[in-house]
Amino acid sequence: MVPSPTLAVNIAPLRDVHKALIRLRVNGETHEVYVPVHKTLLEVLREDLNLTGTKHGCELGECGTCTVLVDGEPVLSCLALPIELQDRDIVTVEGLAERGVPHPLQVAFAELGAAQCGYCTPGILVAAKSLLDQNPRPTLDEIKEALAGNLCRCTGYIKILEAVELAAQRMTGNWKRETGNWGTGSGA
Amino acid sequence: MGEEKEEYSIIGRPLIKVDAMAKVTGETKFADDLALPRMLHAKLLRSPHPHARILSIDTGPAEALPGVHAVLTGRALPIKFGILPVSQDEEALATEKVRYVGDPVAAVAAVDEETAEAACRLIRVEYEVLPALMSVGEALAREDVRIHDYGPRGNIHKEVALEFGDVEEGFAQADHVREDVFFYEGSTHLPMEQHAALAAHGPDGKLCLWSSTQTPHYVHRALAKVLELPASHIRVIALPNGGGFGGKSDPFSHEIVVCKLSMLTGRPVKICLTREEVFYAHRGRHPVTLWFKTGVTRGGAITAMHFRSYLDGGAYGSYGVASLYYTGALQTVTYRVPRYKFEGVRVFTNKPPCGPKRGHGTPQPRCALEVHLDKLAEALGLDPSEMRRRHLVQPNSVTVNQLRIGTVGLGECLDRVVERSGWKAKHRKLPFGHGIGVAGSAYISGAGLPIYWNALPHSGVQIKIDRGGGVAVFCGSTDIGQGSDSVLAYVAAEELGIEPEDIRVVTADTDLTPVDLGSYSSRVTLMTGNATIQAARKLKAQLFEAAGEKLGVPFDRLRAAHRRIFDRDNPEAGIGFVEAAVLAEAKFGTLGAVGSYTPPKGLGKYKGAGVGPTPTYSYSAAVVELTVDPETGFITVDKVWLAHDIGKAINPLLVIGQIEGSVYMALGEALMEEQAFRKGVHKIPSMLEYKSPTFLETPQMESILVETLDPAGPYGAKEVGQGVLLPVVPAVLNAIYDAVGVRIDEVPASPEKIVKALEAQRRGRASGNGRLPSVTFPEPTVVQPTGA
Ligand code: FES
Ligand code: FES
Repeated sequence: MVPSPTLAVNIAPLRDVHKALIRLRVNGETHEVYVPVHKTLLEVLREDLNLTGTKHGCELGECGTCTVLVDGEPVLSCLALPIELQDRDIVTVEGLAERGVPHPLQVAFAELGAAQCGYCTPGILVAAKSLLDQNPRPTLDEIKEALAGNLCRCTGYIKILEAVELAAQRMTGNWKRETGNWGTGSGA
Repeated sequence: MGEEKEEYSIIGRPLIKVDAMAKVTGETKFADDLALPRMLHAKLLRSPHPHARILSIDTGPAEALPGVHAVLTGRALPIKFGILPVSQDEEALATEKVRYVGDPVAAVAAVDEETAEAACRLIRVEYEVLPALMSVGEALAREDVRIHDYGPRGNIHKEVALEFGDVEEGFAQADHVREDVFFYEGSTHLPMEQHAALAAHGPDGKLCLWSSTQTPHYVHRALAKVLELPASHIRVIALPNGGGFGGKSDPFSHEIVVCKLSMLTGRPVKICLTREEVFYAHRGRHPVTLWFKTGVTRGGAITAMHFRSYLDGGAYGSYGVASLYYTGALQTVTYRVPRYKFEGVRVFTNKPPCGPKRGHGTPQPRCALEVHLDKLAEALGLDPSEMRRRHLVQPNSVTVNQLRIGTVGLGECLDRVVERSGWKAKHRKLPFGHGIGVAGSAYISGAGLPIYWNALPHSGVQIKIDRGGGVAVFCGSTDIGQGSDSVLAYVAAEELGIEPEDIRVVTADTDLTPVDLGSYSSRVTLMTGNATIQAARKLKAQLFEAAGEKLGVPFDRLRAAHRRIFDRDNPEAGIGFVEAAVLAEAKFGTLGAVGSYTPPKGLGKYKGAGVGPTPTYSYSAAVVELTVDPETGFITVDKVWLAHDIGKAINPLLVIGQIEGSVYMALGEALMEEQAFRKGVHKIPSMLEYKSPTFLETPQMESILVETLDPAGPYGAKEVGQGVLLPVVPAVLNAIYDAVGVRIDEVPASPEKIVKALEAQRRGRASGNGRLPSVTFPEPTVVQPTGA
């Protein structure tokens, strides 16, 4: 066999994988899963709990697409191990709406067209929620900083910044949105 | 089609997309979100060599691994395929030769991904390593090492030489003639979603493939060919794509492989490429060396243009023949070019195949041309925006290469960005380190010819109305984030006088939906929009007839809006849409109608005339203002103004979204993105290393919409998905020159190149791109201009 220098894959020892029964609290519900201990939170959410709202773009911690919240902090689920997160408070995109009522961030993203293909959206939404929970009136630079680890290839980021500002404005009452004076989108 | 109504109730409004809530709640299902009972997982074994002969493949140990259900090699899939009929040069799994690192060689289906991966590592492949040809120069020099055994000679995949009018005569008439060489590096689409596909071959012998593809119709064709199944037994469903940008427009090895594996195992089989594999799947921007020679009068009018392009195609044909023609096609549709000569060549190399990325074949020449014009303007002492403005192509004219021009909003686009940016007060007037640059461009709103030359429509739409007033629109188009599903709903709602949320859209399913050729060449809004209008108007006529009878109002006075059908002269007199639907069904039977769209025929009859014609060209102009740190060469883009001739904005919100996304992608290409290789291996196959702009690099952006109401488009609409990328890249290069006085005739304009150019300038040395690859082009086909 000719080993591939570039396409190497890391594989855990095959059949005798060590499994564990893990208790996870996701979006307020407790689940028990019996999974190999090396299985990532991303995989367990998507494959064992059917929460496919959380996406992946690299599975190597490089793109932010798989972001979920753990105790309110953004975490890359492709690098996180469930066994270390038992009984912690995990929130995914499916947990943003309450009783079917969407979170203001979700509404703002939909209204402003901040989700084009929508693939980066779940990760960005939860990262933005974490920011607004901790800093309800962020500056534009603070929003950029908070989302800098999340890549989006469709939007050029502009509409996302505008949507986070709009949601913050609606959640806190009025203050001047910095993107408001960019003059984006003057019509014909 | 393009006729104007007094006022629209849906068209032109910034409505939310029909799938917006599904996307923000995580409800939207992408290909890798699907799972079926008894599903197996597939992995591909890929070549570690850029160029090698396969001597043997031993799959025995892999087959013996517990949990493995099937191991596949190219012997089981010997029929070649490819997106273009003229380049059927790909194999689902290589049989005799591998041509790039990452070329698929074998595949495994197993109970889980880990087992499939482990089995791949047990497959023994013996290779005889062949010389790797990693550049156009090398590939041209080594005619003895042929990557493919087709093409005119050596490693030339395709060559072209066309002359329209006598360029030498034009150069003789010029006051000033200038030549420039440029290099535009390749880059990749980097969609956030990795390609995924799920196949299920049922006990009834029918096959279904769910895939993240922009072109389910062409995948359908390729599957029928390679798997030797009747097309009628194959169903291809394209899921919403998590970003495409052209990277999911080819039929891919992994799509064919999961189908075959499902046929062999009788179980559903899924694959999701790793991010590294996505870099190898590629089909991205061709690296191109470009040469322009242009003659101009003192006033800046072009007298003749001679252009050459040298495309590094990578290992397979893909869309390459079209990409090559596109590099030479659209130079003539912005500023008037009375004589034009185009010579070009696409060369095979041992790298992942290049193909269509946003702008397909046109960003490279557009960038070079707009920088070249900037230099010409300077030599003539003209303001570069003014020089462009003065020599625009005329509306409703024919170019020298026989392209039919419709409406032209380029002049207004230039005026608007110049005015909004304060250009006159800034150009050549900003302090050292700060600069401003301008450029214009044009793009097609859908290719005039289909990939398979036939007389069939390019787009089909079917609409059904049920007696509850439910309206369903069926169309083969694929939503890749651009909003094509929403466009169907907006147009149908406008015509039928209902709201987009009243409509169910069913798309991209070869069993259920009429063919739309795919989400490429910026064709979807124009073509599906026109087809939808045609279908909807047939139904509207039935609704009006039934409603008119009931109301006693003549047909011509009826209008449909706000879920009612009413008398234009007496809006009180009307009935609800649902009642009208019931009356119409009672009168005519089940309500349904189809519409289709075929673009008008192009004018040119010469070989190559198929690339370039379109129902209508979109136009764009950009001004970029930026700051260059002369010490580090680091560039900060301060603001981008982008004006786009959209014809008519069906939804301005989505148009601006496409503009912002294109500007972003252009800045990535202009400043940092490169698909580069070292010894046959991709230098940077990860998202961390492949530098692309983040939130932190986001400049201010101002999007300006110019509406020219083109008669060819639905309500006058043109494309916006791709053309707006084009002027941004050269505007960046022109702004760098304005800022620090050095020309970077290369993309990306990375900090090292800027520092090097400044250093050369300090030492009084010219920096430049120097030599062109040595190619003897064939005698040009001489085409006598008809228009001009
Ligand atoms: S998938 Fe986790 S960071 Fe990319
Ligand atoms: S919306 Fe497509 S990647 Fe962000």
